[in-house]
Amino acid sequence: MTDTDIEPTETVNARGAACPGPLMDLIGKIRSVEPGAVVCLLSDNDQSLTDVPEWAEQAGNEVLAVESHDDYQAFYVEKA
Amino acid sequence: MTERVVIVGGGTGGTVLANNLAGRLDREIDAGDVEITLINDGPDHVYKPVWLYVPFGQRELENGRRPLEELLDSRVTLRIDRITDIDADAQRLRSRNPGRPIEYDYLVLATGSTLAPEEIPGLAEAGHDYYSESGATALRDELLSFTEGHLVLSVVGTPHMCPAAPLEFVFMADDWFRERGLREDVDITYTYPIQRVHGNPHIAEWARPLMDERDIRVETFFNAEEIDADENVVRSMEGTDLEYDLLVGIPPHRGIDLIEEAGLGDRGWVDVNKHTLEAEAAENVYALGDTANTGVPNAGSVAHYQAGVVSQRLASEIRGQPPTAVYDGKTLCFIETGMDAASFVEFDYENPPSPARPSQKLHWSKLAYNESYWLTARGLL
Repeated sequence: MTDTDIEPTETVNARGAACPGPLMDLIGKIRSVEPGAVVCLLSDNDQSLTDVPEWAEQAGNEVLAVESHDDYQAFYVEKA
Repeated sequence: MTERVVIVGGGTGGTVLANNLAGRLDREIDAGDVEITLINDGPDHVYKPVWLYVPFGQRELENGRRPLEELLDSRVTLRIDRITDIDADAQRLRSRNPGRPIEYDYLVLATGSTLAPEEIPGLAEAGHDYYSESGATALRDELLSFTEGHLVLSVVGTPHMCPAAPLEFVFMADDWFRERGLREDVDITYTYPIQRVHGNPHIAEWARPLMDERDIRVETFFNAEEIDADENVVRSMEGTDLEYDLLVGIPPHRGIDLIEEAGLGDRGWVDVNKHTLEAEAAENVYALGDTANTGVPNAGSVAHYQAGVVSQRLASEIRGQPPTAVYDGKTLCFIETGMDAASFVEFDYENPPSPARPSQKLHWSKLAYNESYWLTARGLL
């Protein structure tokens, strides 16, 4: 998926962070937001492409979109 | 004009830096051209790795404490004080002591980690830890009377101090209960927030088979959301409930609030260039150790190596030379795999760890290093 018009409630910039930093940053932010909120995670770590959907499924949250940019991805995750 | 270097924090990073810099700039200090001040909010230097051994009755808290006054080079001015404000634009600090602000030409933040168990409901009340002096002694008292039941070690937050310590704790507990003939009556479960048992995949791949061999149960993708102390249950964000009889939690960690208030980084971690350790958001400010957001482990060896780099860079800047020293991510770590065996890893930004086969020799090496640590703090090793 690319180019979404979803307006996230919060954005977490984890570009430059080594694994598992981006996923932990996402989990930390999801902890602090209300159910229904959308967190946008920016990550340039390829591992996030598998980590984020796997964790979201485990936790019952939904990956609404994955936006590909030149050198990073934006993951839009809705808290259940 | 005298160049003023102010170091905030008297842990491994701040102490090693102060001593290294005092040795490197001895002539400039003696000539009155440089002043080095280390500010710490207490009189003692604390060597936290000792706490891992306290719950098992192998070390006492006093083994990990020495007065900073004894450890610091006499050319370093020690100030026991708590900083209350960082004004990086004006290059000025304020402290809880009224009076003139503290002005600096170069500031190094080495304020380390603080525990934030309050971020998880119930954790402060129900969970034990060995990441604080009070936690380590309380856990020792619990462990000594724990003869049967379910011991759960839950890594609640990352990053945390010493990423290997949760693995070490369950390996040591397994061995400790075996030696006492209690292991069949004690179940051990280890939980980790992501899909493997450690953040670094190479260490995770090494540790997981050892855990399986030793009947240490594992729950991954387990992020504790709340602790129900009445029911003795840890509930995870992923919907798993885990009953426990004794809960050892690795609490969420934060840096100090001042750093966020000064606009230097989130959650108290300073955003830095991971090679030069210079703050991204301010001039003439460095951070090292846990305080620096570099992505490498929060470990004493990291603080030690980073202190050497910051010392070289500061000395170059003070002498008007271009600083060339860079941090390459070097990390060394002994990992206890029982009461008398340990592994060892060494890695950096480019080269991943390859854990050594556990041996008694490495275990004794770790204990020997812990004893000789005070030479490291003094800048001699």
